[in-house]
Amino acid sequence: MSQPLKPLPAWADVALLPLLNVTAAFVISGFVVAAIGESPLRALQLLIGGALGDLEGVGFTLYYATSFIFTGLAVAVCFHAGLFNIGVDGQAYIGGLGATLAAFAFGILPWPVAALLAIVGSAVFGAAFAAIPGYLQAKRDSHIVITTIMFNYIASALMGYLLVHVLIVPGSMDPKSAPLPASALVPQFYQALAPLGVKWPVTPFNLSFVLAILCVVGVWALIWRTRLGYEIRTVGANSSAAIYGGISPARVTILTTLISGALAGGLAVNVILGDEQRLILDFTSGFGFVGIAVALMGRAHPFGIVLASLLFGILYQGGAELAFETPKISRDMIVVIQGLVVLFAGALEHMFRRPLALLLSGFSRPGAD
Amino acid sequence: MDSFSDFIVIFASGLRLSVPLILACLAGLWSERSGVVDIGLEGKILTGAFGGAAVAYATGSAWLGLLGGVAASIVVSYVHGYASISQRANQIVSGTAINMVCDGLTALIGNAIWSQGGRTPQLPDSALFHDIELPFADALADVPILGPIYAHLISGHDIVTYFAFLAVPLTYWTMYKTRFGLRLRAVGENPAAVDTAGISVAALRYAAVTICGVLVGLSGVYLSIAQAAYFQPHMSAGKGFIALAALVFAKWRPWPALATCILFGSLDAAAIRMQSAVLPIVGKVPVQAIQALPYVLTVILLAGFIGKATPPMRFSIFRWEKPKSPSSLSKVRKQ
Repeated sequence: MSQPLKPLPAWADVALLPLLNVTAAFVISGFVVAAIGESPLRALQLLIGGALGDLEGVGFTLYYATSFIFTGLAVAVCFHAGLFNIGVDGQAYIGGLGATLAAFAFGILPWPVAALLAIVGSAVFGAAFAAIPGYLQAKRDSHIVITTIMFNYIASALMGYLLVHVLIVPGSMDPKSAPLPASALVPQFYQALAPLGVKWPVTPFNLSFVLAILCVVGVWALIWRTRLGYEIRTVGANSSAAIYGGISPARVTILTTLISGALAGGLAVNVILGDEQRLILDFTSGFGFVGIAVALMGRAHPFGIVLASLLFGILYQGGAELAFETPKISRDMIVVIQGLVVLFAGALEHMFRRPLALLLSGFSRPGAD
Repeated sequence: MDSFSDFIVIFASGLRLSVPLILACLAGLWSERSGVVDIGLEGKILTGAFGGAAVAYATGSAWLGLLGGVAASIVVSYVHGYASISQRANQIVSGTAINMVCDGLTALIGNAIWSQGGRTPQLPDSALFHDIELPFADALADVPILGPIYAHLISGHDIVTYFAFLAVPLTYWTMYKTRFGLRLRAVGENPAAVDTAGISVAALRYAAVTICGVLVGLSGVYLSIAQAAYFQPHMSAGKGFIALAALVFAKWRPWPALATCILFGSLDAAAIRMQSAVLPIVGKVPVQAIQALPYVLTVILLAGFIGKATPPMRFSIFRWEKPKSPSSLSKVRKQ
C-alpha cells in the first residue's frame, strides 16, 4: 500500500480500463439474468440476433443509436466544462416543441428549407431551455445538477399542459399535436434510398443520422480545435486557473449549456421529425438519461460516444426482441444494464485501477528506477 | 364549521402525501450534512417499496416487510457509500446509477416473480399497516375546532406516519445536541479538520449513509404497505426528487424540511382536489401548474431570489471533477 504505483501506461488508461469497467457491468447483468432463471448466453444471442440479425433490426438499432449520439454529445460537452447536465431529457422535450412550432410556422416552404428551419427550431428551444440553468449556475451560483433535475419536471408539466390544452387536435381526447407538414419532416432512409434503387426495409432510421455524424465531427472540432473548446476544457480542468488565463468561466458555462441544449434538441429531430411526425407526450422516453451512460462509457470523446451509442442502440433494439421472446426478461433489463454501465464506467471507474496497476507493474518490475 | 372540517380533511390528506417526502428528505439531510450528496433517493424509495411489499407478501407480516424494505434500501445506500466514501467517486454519477439500477431492477424482478408487469399481487390485510385510532377520537369529533383537528389530523394515521413526524425532532436533537451530531456536521463542512482531530471521516459518513438508508427505506415501505397495498414499477413517481427539492428549499435543516415537505405534500393534495376548480382572479388553474410549483419554487430559491441556499459542503462536490487516481493520492499523502 505504501509504495506509490507507477501510473498506468496510456494504452491501459484509454482502452483497457474502460473495457474492464464495461465488462464488469455486463458480467453483473449476466448474473442478474441468471438469477431470474434464464440463460445469459441465450439472452445475449437473442439480443444480438434481434438487433443485428436482419436489415430491419439494424435499421431500428441505428435509429436508437442516432438518438443516443445526440444526447450523449449533449452530456459530454458539459462534462468538458466541468458541468453535469442531468436535464438533457427536458431540453430535448422542449426541443420537440420548438421543432413542432417551427414546422407549423414554415410548413408552406418547400422541403429542405422547412425541415432545416424545424431542426433549427428544435435546437433553439433546447438551447434556450438549457441556458436558464446555465445562466443560474454562471451568475447566481445555483447548482446545475439540482436546477436541471427541477427543469426536467418543469418541462414535463409544461409539455403536459400544452399537449392537453393547447396543441391537441380540437375535439380529440388524445394528447397529440396535428400531423406535421410533410415538407418539414426528415425523410427516412427507405424513402431516401428508393430513388437510387436501393431496397432498405421500412424502419424509422432517418437522415437525422447524417446530422448526428456531422454533430460528432463538429463537437470534436469544437472541443479540440477551437479557442472556445480550449476555454471549455480549461474551465473544466480548473476554473480558477481559467480566470488567471483571462477566461470568463461564467461566459464559458453559459455557452457550453447553450451548445449542450441545442445538441439535446437533436433527439427531438430524430424522434419527432424523423419518426412520429407529430408531437406526442413523453417522446423522449428517458433517452436523455441514456445520454449520461453513453457519455461516461464513451469517456466524453465524440468517437467514443458513437461506439457507446451503437452499443446502446443494440441493447434497446435487441432488448425489445428479447422481452418479446422471453417474457421473464422485460425491457427493464436494459435500464438495469444502463445503470450498471453508469455505475462501473462512471462512479467506480477507478476501482480496477489499482489492481490493474499492480498487475501491469508485475510484468515490468520497477527495477530500472 | 363545515368548511373548517373540509379544510382539516384536505390538510390531513396533504399530511399523508407528505409522509414519504418527510422521510426521504430527512434521509437526504443525514447523508448530505455528512458530505455525501445523494440524488439517488428516488431509486432507494423504490427499493424500499419493493423490498417491503415483497417480504410482506411472502411472510404476511407488515413488520417483516418493513424490515425487508429497510434492509434492501440500506444495501443500496452502501453501494452509494462505497462509491462516494471509499472510492471517492463522483457522487452525482453514483446517484444517477443508483436511480437507474433500482428503477430497472425492481420492475424486472417483480415481473420475473409474479408475471404481472412488475406489480406485486395485492397484499393481504395482515401485511399492511393500518390506521391507528387514538383514544376518544370519535367521542371528541364534535367538539368545535379542536375536535376535528384531533379526530382527523392527529388521530387515524398509521405507525409509519407517526414515526415520520417523530423522526424530525429526533433528527434535530441528534444533529444539534449530541456529540455524534456535531461531528457529523463537521465532517460535512470540513472533513480535514475532523481527520486532524483523530476521528474517522469514513466511519462517520458510513454511519450517516446507514441512517439515510433506514429513513429512505421507510419512505418506500410507507408507499407500498401503508399507503397502497402493492408495489408497482415507478410507483415513487418522482417523490425522491421532490424530497431533494424540499431539502434544498429547507437549506438542509430539519424543521424547515418538515415545513417544506408538508407544503409540497399539501400542494400535491390540492392538485388532486383542484382538477376542475375555478379560483377567483386567476380563473382556472391547470393541474400541471400546481404540479410544477415545488420545482419552480426551488429553482427560484436556488437562484437566490428568496434567501440563499448554501449547501453544507465546503467543497463544491456538485461539480464534475476528474477523481484523482489512488496512486497519485497516496503520493500526496506521503508529502
